[in-house]
Amino acid sequence: MMLGRLLGPRVWLLVAALLAAAILVPMANLWLPADSPLHVPSYMVPLFGKYLCYALLALALDLVWGFVGILSLGHGAFFALGGYAMGMYLMRQIGSRGVYGNPVLPDFMVFLNWDRLPWFWHGFDQFWFAALMVVLVPGLLAFVFGYFAFRSRVTGVYLSIITQAMTYALLLAFFRNDMGFGGNNGLTDFKELLGFSIASQGTRAGLFAATCIALALGVLLVGGVTRSKLGKLMIAVRDAESRTRFLGWRAEHVKLFAFTVSAVMAGIAGALYVPQVGIINPGEFAPVNSIEVVVWAAVGGRGTILGPVLGALLVNAGKSYFTVAAPEFWLFVLGGLFVVVTLFLPRGIVGTIDHGWNALRDRRRSLSAEDGTGAPPQLPPQSPAADRTSMPDGALPSPAE
Amino acid sequence: MLTLPCRLLTLAFLALLACLGSGAAAFAQAGDPAQIVQKFGGKTSFEATEATVKELAATGDPAVARALNALAEGQLYYRKSDNRVFIASGGGDPLTLLDPLSGDPAGEEPSGNLAKVKIKNSIRRTVSDALGSLTLASPDPAKRLAAANTLFAGATPEQIETLDAAIAGEQLPDIRARLEQARAAAVLKSDRPEAEKLAAIELLGSRGDREALVVLTAASAGSAEAAVKAAAAKAAGAIEETIAFWAYAQNVWYGLSLGSVLLLAAIGLAITFGVMGVINMAHGEMVMLGAYTTFAVQETIRAEAPSLFAWSLAIALPLAFLVSAFVGLVIERGIIRFLYGRPLETLLATFGVSLILQQGVRTIFGPTNRQVGNPDWMSGAFEVGLMSVTWNRLWIIVFALIVFAALLLVLGRTSLGLQMRAVTQNRRMASAMGIRTPWIDAMTFALGSGIAGVAGVALSQIDNVSPNLGQGYIIDSFMVVVFGGVGNLWGTLVGAMSLGILNKFLEPFAGAVLGKIVVLVLLILFIQKRPRGLFAQKGRFVEA
Repeated sequence: MMLGRLLGPRVWLLVAALLAAAILVPMANLWLPADSPLHVPSYMVPLFGKYLCYALLALALDLVWGFVGILSLGHGAFFALGGYAMGMYLMRQIGSRGVYGNPVLPDFMVFLNWDRLPWFWHGFDQFWFAALMVVLVPGLLAFVFGYFAFRSRVTGVYLSIITQAMTYALLLAFFRNDMGFGGNNGLTDFKELLGFSIASQGTRAGLFAATCIALALGVLLVGGVTRSKLGKLMIAVRDAESRTRFLGWRAEHVKLFAFTVSAVMAGIAGALYVPQVGIINPGEFAPVNSIEVVVWAAVGGRGTILGPVLGALLVNAGKSYFTVAAPEFWLFVLGGLFVVVTLFLPRGIVGTIDHGWNALRDRRRSLSAEDGTGAPPQLPPQSPAADRTSMPDGALPSPAE
Repeated sequence: MLTLPCRLLTLAFLALLACLGSGAAAFAQAGDPAQIVQKFGGKTSFEATEATVKELAATGDPAVARALNALAEGQLYYRKSDNRVFIASGGGDPLTLLDPLSGDPAGEEPSGNLAKVKIKNSIRRTVSDALGSLTLASPDPAKRLAAANTLFAGATPEQIETLDAAIAGEQLPDIRARLEQARAAAVLKSDRPEAEKLAAIELLGSRGDREALVVLTAASAGSAEAAVKAAAAKAAGAIEETIAFWAYAQNVWYGLSLGSVLLLAAIGLAITFGVMGVINMAHGEMVMLGAYTTFAVQETIRAEAPSLFAWSLAIALPLAFLVSAFVGLVIERGIIRFLYGRPLETLLATFGVSLILQQGVRTIFGPTNRQVGNPDWMSGAFEVGLMSVTWNRLWIIVFALIVFAALLLVLGRTSLGLQMRAVTQNRRMASAMGIRTPWIDAMTFALGSGIAGVAGVALSQIDNVSPNLGQGYIIDSFMVVVFGGVGNLWGTLVGAMSLGILNKFLEPFAGAVLGKIVVLVLLILFIQKRPRGLFAQKGRFVEA
């Protein structure tokens, strides 16, 4: 099978694990008796569903950062926009069961004395429309933003800073009551999704399964794109943008494609996130959230497919542990992670293991070739010059060079 | 809630009172204040109390001021047994009683035997109007001025004679002018001849502030004569123009003030990011450390030597510089120097540092806002024309410019500055000339961080000192530096000031939050257009 060989065993293993989780976890939660050792407690299902949403977000960021070299500090904005689109659908589903019992207007609008639905709230009573918006709004924003940014060749740190400014501007905007998105409190108090009660165990298990499948599809998509010819081009843009351009490729088109696809993935992650946590508020736009996503990808290993998924799961499990066990220590740990990972683990966990494994394999092969027992290695052992992070003749790196 | 019969009763009572009141006022011209003041006694309605206040004021006797003041401050009581009215002072029990007019002691009474004369806000207003006309005769010029101002706002045609008398007796030109303006306001409301009204309008027009505008607008709307109407409208228009001009000036001032804050926050970044090219996300935390140093210094001074409080900021300045510079030095030597040439990694690592510093400060000083005091010379405000200027804002503008000038001097006129510029322009050549480039890197970073600490001292005066202080500035600071042009201090100055003024001019149209969003969006668009900023570096040293 072509695709199988293209993606490599690791991606298929990850996809298989996700699909297995999509089937087994809801079963273990719903049908196994509570005292069974294999029973998954009910609180775990939405918690891990949340982690998997984060994993999808981290994977989306990895597509632009790890493979195209665009460090976006605004991916939280796409995540939150997707979340808001889903939240608006869930708000409309409340109907007359709200506190004020208005059949059309959500509670906060009644509270603000609005007499009719703002134009941008129309259509959100239909799931297909909301689902379309989940994809369209973040995608369109990323397309427009990316079109202008990449066309005028805003790169590197400048791009990072303006993406951060973008999410900051959206944060301020969504905090305003008259924006029509619930202001400070955001959207919450959801009742049902597609007719299923949102609090029921079955819905939660279903959402978990949906998240697993979405993440599996995301993994397949990123895997497929990055292993294709387009993926080679993306890596070329990351490593030598000018050279790629001189060779006749349109670097900005490659970047724009990756950025838009990534934003759509982030939006879907946000849409799956909102029904599982039950609230979306402007805090999701906070620049800190977006930067946290970067650290998930960095811990796991950017430029790999398994890395960001693993990183998001590990860091968030750590966060859940620390915020309960020692809340004041969590920021020390997170801050320390940033420093340690950039200084000592620039490839992340998965990247470092890969690197070490490759080096070991190459050395074994060259040793066996010297003995004359095995085939010669296909590649020469990793040479110091090929390693981008270590400098020749031991000179320290310097600024502005 | 009044029930219907009760409301009817009140209405009937009001009608009765209106008849009585007008008769009483005419009678009371020659009335004895000592008798009138007793009318406060017993259970009376608010309307009756108000009528009594007016009656007292009409006597023109300065002695009633004491009773009226006591009434306004809730110290006027009556004895339940005989309804006699007293001023009760002191909070104890029994209360010491004073005569309401002379202020002589009148024995003691347990508070249970006394009842307070009840008033409401509209009566307080009547009292202050009445006091206004009474205190026109006060020997204290400040009180006379205050009275003239009170009269101006609530001038009635009946007060013209009182004002005429006061004007004739007034020696000080300032108060005299105010009295004449108050008289003009009263004239406009009266049925005096047209010529007199036109003169009054001219007088008010020359005063030219908001209060005069209110009087003139009322006159132009309410007067019957066409000439007066037109003149009042014209004068009001002229005043509106003046006010608009000053509002403009005030906006520019606010903008400069915000700009100077941005300049202070961004100027250290202009060194670390602009000159060295290092993205320091922990820059805001350097500002925060400076602010907390100020707090610590003030706490120490309060505990050890309160007399030095006026000097607290001067003491905090060098300390804040040293604290932030030292932390900056540690960050550069410990982390950043390993990441030169990898800007995105630098960004992440310094962001981690910022989280650690924030949490560290939160652990040491607590998560709540800490109080940093303003020394006397930084509090208060003064007026320029129609705009008010607060001292702390003025000092911050001056301070920002001083810091800017000092930085220019360091970079342009000292050997350290020379070496910094040499290293930035051509590292290998500088190294070949014997400059220790790693040491210069560390010093440059420490300088930029120290400047941020100094900025923290200034910002502690106008902002909440909390662990999140720095976060609020980091995005703005980057915007300023990028807008002004990387590697250009003058660009930072122009960028900060123009962003500040732009922000303040957008605020009236769009509101504070939306104004900020508009500025951010404009900046994003600007960076697309000119990725290298307003004053881009030119020549061979621009990085490829």
